[in-house]
Amino acid sequence: MNIRNSIRTMTPIADTSCIRCPPSARLVGCVLTLGIALLGFCPTAGWAADWSATEARANGQTVYWDMWGGDAQVNAYAAWAAAAVRTRYGVDVHIVKLADAAEAVAQVLAEKSAGRIQDGKIDVIWLNGENFAAMKRNTLLWGPFVAALPNASLVDTQGKATTEVDFTVPTEGYEAPWGMAQFVVMYDSKLLPSPPRSILALAAWVQQHPGRFTYPAPPDFIGLTFLKQALLVLSAAPERFQRPVDESDFAVATAPLWRFLDAINPYLWRSGRAFPVNGPAQRQLLADAEIDLALTFNPADASNGIASGLLPETVRIFVPDGHSIGNTHFLAIPYDSSVKEGAQVLINFLLSPEAQLRKQDPKIWGDPTVLDLAKLSPDDRARFERIYRGVATLTPADIGTPLPEPHPSWVVAIEREWQRRYGSGVRR
Amino acid sequence: MICWFPRLTAFLIVAPILMGFVGTLLPAFGYLPAIGGTTLTLAPWGALFATPGLDAAMFLSLWIGTATTLFTFTLVIFFSASWSGTRLGGAITRFLSPLVSVPPVAMAAGIAFLLGPSGWIFRALSPWATGFTAPPDFLLPQDRWGFSMIGGLMVKEVPFLFLMTLAAVGQEETKRAFQVGRSLGYGRMIAWIKIVLPAIYPQIRWPLYALLAYSASVVDVAMILGPTTPPPLSALVTRWFFDPDLSLRFVAAAAALLQSILVLSLILVWYAGERMVALFAGAWLRRGGRGAGGAIAAALAAGGMMAAIAVAVFGAGAMILWSVSTTWRFPNLTPTKLTLGNWAAGGAMLGNAIANTVLVAGASTSIALLLAIGLLEHAARRGGASSRGLAFFIYLPLLVPQIGFLFGIQMLLIRLGFDGTWVALLWTHLLYVLPYVILALAGPYRRLDPRYAQIALSLGASQARALWRIKLPILLRPVLVAAALGFSVSAGQYLPTLFAGAGRISTLITESVGLATSGDRRLLGVATVWQLVLPLLAFTIAAFIPAIVFRHRRALRPL
Repeated sequence: MNIRNSIRTMTPIADTSCIRCPPSARLVGCVLTLGIALLGFCPTAGWAADWSATEARANGQTVYWDMWGGDAQVNAYAAWAAAAVRTRYGVDVHIVKLADAAEAVAQVLAEKSAGRIQDGKIDVIWLNGENFAAMKRNTLLWGPFVAALPNASLVDTQGKATTEVDFTVPTEGYEAPWGMAQFVVMYDSKLLPSPPRSILALAAWVQQHPGRFTYPAPPDFIGLTFLKQALLVLSAAPERFQRPVDESDFAVATAPLWRFLDAINPYLWRSGRAFPVNGPAQRQLLADAEIDLALTFNPADASNGIASGLLPETVRIFVPDGHSIGNTHFLAIPYDSSVKEGAQVLINFLLSPEAQLRKQDPKIWGDPTVLDLAKLSPDDRARFERIYRGVATLTPADIGTPLPEPHPSWVVAIEREWQRRYGSGVRR
Repeated sequence: MICWFPRLTAFLIVAPILMGFVGTLLPAFGYLPAIGGTTLTLAPWGALFATPGLDAAMFLSLWIGTATTLFTFTLVIFFSASWSGTRLGGAITRFLSPLVSVPPVAMAAGIAFLLGPSGWIFRALSPWATGFTAPPDFLLPQDRWGFSMIGGLMVKEVPFLFLMTLAAVGQEETKRAFQVGRSLGYGRMIAWIKIVLPAIYPQIRWPLYALLAYSASVVDVAMILGPTTPPPLSALVTRWFFDPDLSLRFVAAAAALLQSILVLSLILVWYAGERMVALFAGAWLRRGGRGAGGAIAAALAAGGMMAAIAVAVFGAGAMILWSVSTTWRFPNLTPTKLTLGNWAAGGAMLGNAIANTVLVAGASTSIALLLAIGLLEHAARRGGASSRGLAFFIYLPLLVPQIGFLFGIQMLLIRLGFDGTWVALLWTHLLYVLPYVILALAGPYRRLDPRYAQIALSLGASQARALWRIKLPILLRPVLVAAALGFSVSAGQYLPTLFAGAGRISTLITESVGLATSGDRRLLGVATVWQLVLPLLAFTIAAFIPAIVFRHRRALRPL
């Protein structure tokens, strides 16, 4: 059964075309085609760039911020940000924790299909990749709004190209970059002095050490990233993954991945009959010494875990295959939010040097900033440089150039095939 | 006014269930205009039956439901038969009673840690006995046959069924019949099974059906202790319902209906089993065998009961320890570093959820209490005869699988723009709180000597005044106990909160399930301890208020 494809193919019943018109034609197009009555739903960002007016209107609004809620540290950080925005700007931010950001996409799609044009249940979504691609294609997002945010000018769009291209899809101002991610592997250097540092070495190692490796079950994003990393590394022609899946022969292109997974599956933790549901669950398994390797998208995860006492002090990380998948995660505003000013104020705050600094601190979360340190004031820059990385965090130089994410359509197809092969208990 | 209570209650219960079923039935046949389904079709069923692993998921639901009920029933019957009235029986009863109020998720979280390869049991044995310096790799919990899930459910359900049995046995004529049997030379166990059990079975039949329905369709415990590839059907339905692919909602609706059919057939099979036993046991009863021995069965039953208590106590103990530990690694038996920091972090994270839990539980229990007193008073004024039809309606929510109609209710709520509201949340909680409140209050209400109220009436008081000034004060203690039970039932509702709260209103239980499946066991410890503390607090308050209010009324004070 199809997992996410319908979001992409499904055409919403009510199509409010103004949401999507190109920036140049926006003003003219909106006024001419939709008239005064719909002005409220047209992007205000470009032509009413009066930020203080936005802040004034935001005061007293209630914003629902839907986000993946599987990590206690992330949740604590979000709660801090919500409280700060509440006291400083009078925006009442409620955090809605999701098991998967895709739930929010489904919710907005359902609202659009039901013809709702305002009072959407969601005002800010934390997302990237296939979720952004699906929302953008179905015109479920409001924007472009990023350019109107004062703090957006601080973003490092040159050095961090993925802040403007999300899994090969241009963001075009419909989502604001929030943090950087890099796929890395954690291991306990005391128990495992020389871990397998590549996908190929991993395959051999897993077969020699049955039960000591696993990965989070898709649709968890860390599990999917592991599959994508393996796909890119094992493929003879990885460029094809930059284009949509229907331009390739899926079976041929992914055959090396399934060969690899078939080879390791019987030797996984619990013989591949159970998988941790997400990254934090896998991290707990590493802490319990049930497994020797754990995957994460946050290069500071290990230091963070050591600081909180969860992980042994001897845990270290490495970048698999010398370079691994890296990406950016974003914040977006659904088209039917009735509190877009409050949503923008929240997002702008999350992009501020203060909030980004706190986010990068491994003791808090350790999520790398999207800002360009060169654009910051000397004081702010010094604060960023003073952050203690922790014993188990690599320097940016060690992390190297990230591998580009495949086109989002691959993720959907891979996830479906994975469920069929390993998630349903049917042995072939 | 009081005559409206039965109708109001019937409406409050039947309306959402009926609407929920319609709301599930239509999408199951392809009709759900909100996401583009406008024609009736069998396509969802085709897609459902084409799902790989569906047969295994169905089998798991049936097996876990049957096994949990059968094992629980057997254990409770053999224990009651061999140990009721003994000192050991009394001691175990005192330990079992508080377990009824523990939310199943809290129990499951503790059990998951006890049983796992890196859990407490293995830590206690490693490395000196097992030789393991690293945890072994075997699939427990989440074993393929669901034994850890069955065990987890039993720890929660054995005390429940035992207390129901105890309440039923408490009646005088049963006790006398048992004594007669004993004096005729029947052994203790055989006398109980041959004389008491047939007499009380009608009273524990409905709790048994509820247990059957619950364990075959439970979602939260399945997510923590149940198998995952595939999970039992109910967990699969929940997964589909919350899948971002909206077209899966048609399949989910069909599967929810399938789940209801499975549960209904289980109950019918159990009922047929009852008839068979009744048919064939008659001869066995009349033959008059006095029964000998039974010592092994008695020992096993006592062992089973003590195991259930031990698992609960150690599970809770482990969670308390986790809530104050910084670092606790395999194979250490106790944490190496202690902290209160988790409680601060947990307080910041869970504060809102705790407040919501108390609010929902308090409000739904208050409404349930009002309805229950209204209903019982109505029955009392009509001469104590409560309508059987109404009783059926009240227990209906416990007999249909939650997933079967909550899905439809949620669809309806979304359509009305009502999802994620407090009204919706309170209403769905009320469905589950009300039966237990009535269950707890009905006995004491019926046993209340009618002459107290009659004297009041003969002195010129109105019915209402007699209720307020005479009956309710006398019944204060059972009313408060019923309220505490209602509170704990509400605090343990996972699916109703998940569906009606629509993610916007989270309670301790939704947070706990999230923590138990994904994460930091230290925070899970904090959440679990809160889950244990809230019902305990409710029962403590229920015990203290009468003691204070009745400090000058010796006959009304608890012993």
